[in-house]
Amino acid sequence: MDIWKLLLTGSVTTVLAFVVGMLYMGLRRKITARVQNRVGPPIYQNFLDVMKLWSKKSSINHGFMQHVAPLWMIATSITTLMFIPILNNGSTFFTNLTFEGDLIMLLYLMVVGSLGMALGAGQTGNPNSAIGVTRGLTQMVGFEIPWVMALVALMIQHRTTTVAGLLDVQVQSGTWLMLSSPFAFIAALLAIPGMFRYSPFDIVGAPAELASGPISEFGGKYLGTMMTNGAIFAFVKLTLFVDIFMGGASNLGFLLLKTFALYMFPVLWGLVSPRFRTEQAVRFFWGWPVFFGVLGLIQAAI
Amino acid sequence: MVNDKESQKIVDIIQNFARQSSLFVLAYGTGCGAIEIPPTMTSRYDAERFGIRGAATPRQADVLLITGYLATKSLKRVIRAYEQMQNPKYIIGFGSCTINGGMYWDSYNTINRLDMYIPVDVYINGCMPRPEAVIAGFAKLQKLIQAGKADGWDRYQKNLEFYRGNQKKIIHNWVMPDYNW
Repeated sequence: MDIWKLLLTGSVTTVLAFVVGMLYMGLRRKITARVQNRVGPPIYQNFLDVMKLWSKKSSINHGFMQHVAPLWMIATSITTLMFIPILNNGSTFFTNLTFEGDLIMLLYLMVVGSLGMALGAGQTGNPNSAIGVTRGLTQMVGFEIPWVMALVALMIQHRTTTVAGLLDVQVQSGTWLMLSSPFAFIAALLAIPGMFRYSPFDIVGAPAELASGPISEFGGKYLGTMMTNGAIFAFVKLTLFVDIFMGGASNLGFLLLKTFALYMFPVLWGLVSPRFRTEQAVRFFWGWPVFFGVLGLIQAAI
Repeated sequence: MVNDKESQKIVDIIQNFARQSSLFVLAYGTGCGAIEIPPTMTSRYDAERFGIRGAATPRQADVLLITGYLATKSLKRVIRAYEQMQNPKYIIGFGSCTINGGMYWDSYNTINRLDMYIPVDVYINGCMPRPEAVIAGFAKLQKLIQAGKADGWDRYQKNLEFYRGNQKKIIHNWVMPDYNW
């Protein structure tokens, strides 16, 4: 594949991820409002927010690392996006760098963004940021364990470490891995709300408690870049999960349907849940999700 | 081509539209007016349908809402919060106390005219203004932003000596940096 086509498909994929992620977040705000008996903002409100943040006339920073942190995060998200197959029908358009990396590399890549955020937030010197960062890393220790257990179970069972390999398994056998490996699916599904950091796992941001935590000193264009990154990364997580467990999608319509159905799980759970404390969150993740992860590993080993 | 006047006008219209339809509010709960903010934001009056939502910190905020009287001590904190916000930024003076002192007009430790210390874009009259009045004030601010007339942040930078002088008359132990944004 020549480099120009790669650049073109890469940019199209990035724009698609941005638009879809932003619309999902707008829908989340709308659904939240309807549940609370409000009218709520229009679903394109997040686009307006980002446009406004990008048209701010001043943006100060406290040093080099804070200046770089949003760029670091968005670069990591786009890199991760490039390694994830968007569609499973073998079309060459959305296969960006899919066959170059495997799940183990994706596991590493997906936490590099959080590392950049931690370094940038550390430089601001705001105590809320420091507390938010420690909480975020603690929570990551919580949800990464069932998530990795689920993925390792699949890798052992199907003797492949690539996302494309797992997609092929599902296309050839005709069943989704969420049906053939239910325990690994449950473990990974219960880890998803921790990744999205929605309530009850919004202990990192916690607007009323930590003044939005790590991002409390980021304003203007920095915040706009971070919101863009959030949209792209939400799409990355949802697409990866759909690829691994729900059979991927043969066209964009099915992709939107499946990712939206999956996205509703953390959103609707968050609507009816108050916030956990840090140790409660970690205890939750090391409880039932790890139990199902162990069952999934046993199922894979037998 | 890029920097000529006509294309700048189009860019301004688009940017002002984005600014007026997405207002992150830092509600500075100095006085009794803060109690009118929860009903404005929650399900009865639902300010979020106009794109108005709360911001957690000054860095992320666009609108500073001064809800009620300002004691001389809290004026210092308001100035710090205001100067940490990113341009363009707007101030809404909320209630009679910010206009002429209201019922505290002869108090020894409150300021009377907020406009002498920080530039106010929109006043909302009343003691207290009801949520309808608050939303009407926000609608007025949105009209001003769309017309490009909400330029309090610009006035503050141009007349910094005037505002600084007034502020230092009230705040005697000035231990802040002289210009902290």
